[in-house]
Amino acid sequence: MGSRFTFGGDEHLLVECADEMSMRSFFKSLSAAQLIKKSPLVGLDEINAGNASYLIKFNPDFIKPAELLSEIKKIDRIAENSVPVIETRVVEIPVFYKDPWTHETGMRFRERHQDPTVTDLEYAASLNGYATVEEFINAHHSSPWFVSMVGFVAGCPWLYQMVERQYQIEVPKYLRPRTDTPRHTIGHGGCFACIYAVQGAGGYQMFGVTPVPIFDPLATHSHIDESMVFFRPGDIVKFRAISSHEYDAISADVRDGIFSLKTIPVEFDLREFEENSPNYNRALLDKLDGS
Amino acid sequence: MGVKVLNSGLSTTIQDLGRPGYFHLGIPMSGAMDQKAMRIANLLVGNPENAAGLEIVFTGPTLRFDEACLIAITGAEMPFKLDGVSQSSWQSIQVEKGQTLEFDYLRAGARCYLSISGGINVPLVLGSRSTYLVGSFGGMHGRPIAAGDILPLGRCDFMASQVGKNLPTKMLPNIGVREIRVLLGLYSYRLTEGSISKFFSEKWVVASEADRMGYRFKGGQALEFVERKAPFGAGSDPSNIVDSSYAYGSIQVPSGTEPIILHRDAVSAGGYFTLGAVISADMDLIAQLQPNTSIQFVSIDMHQALLARAERVAEMKEIRGYISNS
Repeated sequence: MGSRFTFGGDEHLLVECADEMSMRSFFKSLSAAQLIKKSPLVGLDEINAGNASYLIKFNPDFIKPAELLSEIKKIDRIAENSVPVIETRVVEIPVFYKDPWTHETGMRFRERHQDPTVTDLEYAASLNGYATVEEFINAHHSSPWFVSMVGFVAGCPWLYQMVERQYQIEVPKYLRPRTDTPRHTIGHGGCFACIYAVQGAGGYQMFGVTPVPIFDPLATHSHIDESMVFFRPGDIVKFRAISSHEYDAISADVRDGIFSLKTIPVEFDLREFEENSPNYNRALLDKLDGS
Repeated sequence: MGVKVLNSGLSTTIQDLGRPGYFHLGIPMSGAMDQKAMRIANLLVGNPENAAGLEIVFTGPTLRFDEACLIAITGAEMPFKLDGVSQSSWQSIQVEKGQTLEFDYLRAGARCYLSISGGINVPLVLGSRSTYLVGSFGGMHGRPIAAGDILPLGRCDFMASQVGKNLPTKMLPNIGVREIRVLLGLYSYRLTEGSISKFFSEKWVVASEADRMGYRFKGGQALEFVERKAPFGAGSDPSNIVDSSYAYGSIQVPSGTEPIILHRDAVSAGGYFTLGAVISADMDLIAQLQPNTSIQFVSIDMHQALLARAERVAEMKEIRGYISNS
């Protein structure tokens, strides 16, 4: 399927690479965004790439919409044939599953949920064919995830599970969004996981929390640069289940400024991944474990 | 020195023209929702147009000036007094050290802009002094101003010739416009044609959830979607899409019921379809809509959108010329 091009008012051009999510579409949107950033086109204010589309904010005082459209169509065709290889990093994110804070919040908004008689974890486990919550949690953290978009509020990552489609966890969002979600909640909606960067409204099912800050407006955490936001599209995340005791220990390290995140640089080749994703993932995670 | 906050008002925030460039990370551009009113307030007191001032929404603050300066108040109609004496908006006013500014209740519009000579000199964060409330940074420690705050001012040696500068009535922006122009597009293909024409023919009323992130509307009939098999990753509701980046001004309609126009503190992405976007020339108008105001969306094409944009640029140029020559 070819890309679809459409204007959003007189300052935005949206390019939808495909209407469904796939690693291929993500790589195309990322390549197109990089090519556009390197292009000599004038009047471009910002490019937001993610999942299966990219959005260009432009200034029509400097580039006519029709001219921009024809240039972007050319770049989009080049992106279609880009080699899907990126230099990126694997990051280990500790998660306290079944934590008391998301549990309490979930109970507070139970009437907005599909099934008020069970927890978010119980609901997601049974919907995805797992006999127990423990098996579901195990599936959630045993394979890596790909950061396919960053944004929403203050650097929240969207994460796409790096397993074949039939094994991907899928859940609907809450019937009506909650007005509250604990900071650092690990959420899930559709096929995407997310990490809530700050406390606030949200509609994703809640599975746990991480003690690791991912948004840093006061510049106090060494793993986050001056952009305030930790994640970038293309990052690979490995969740690791931790106990409440370890959650407290890491939180204390974060508070004392001595926390360091386990991260390794890797090259990711989509073609090799598609050939045999279980083996490819195992090699990635072995590198992380050996670091 | 500076300006002492005696009473904060409902949600008074420090804003300049904004913080573009970080939306791809989920940090919106923020800045004054009515950019034209903010620019004019700054021009009237002799500031650069991008100086930081106050955005005042629905109810005003009470402020004591602990140094002499010039101020100008633009935007919504909200009468105000300096030491008990009524003053006019859309003009520069000399303030003596120790004087107190108080606002009466809102008469028309929704947001006032207060500019002070020298500008409010809080630290720049990612290149801007604008407050981003959800991210808790910018402005006054990332929050609205509060009683007891002292707003620091930049250098304040204003020119005597700047005192009393004003704008003729014909140059004042019309905050009473009730038609919002929209370029149809983005994910509008999700809707039936009948539903699209109904959207543009109905009256929509501003809901109570109307803030810097977005303006919600109600009162129209639920939209009708074209049937489909949900694409992988989109979610099962007909208004769901595979989460994608949102444009400023874009109109999303979760579950097809209540349209939301994203404004300057918008979330950068999400999984609801959008049917198009408000044109750049009309974004300031939204800032002046009170809850319960009834409006109509008007469908226009790109050519008309660019003409409206050019008109707005010409008006601003005329205002600059008038203020610098008067």
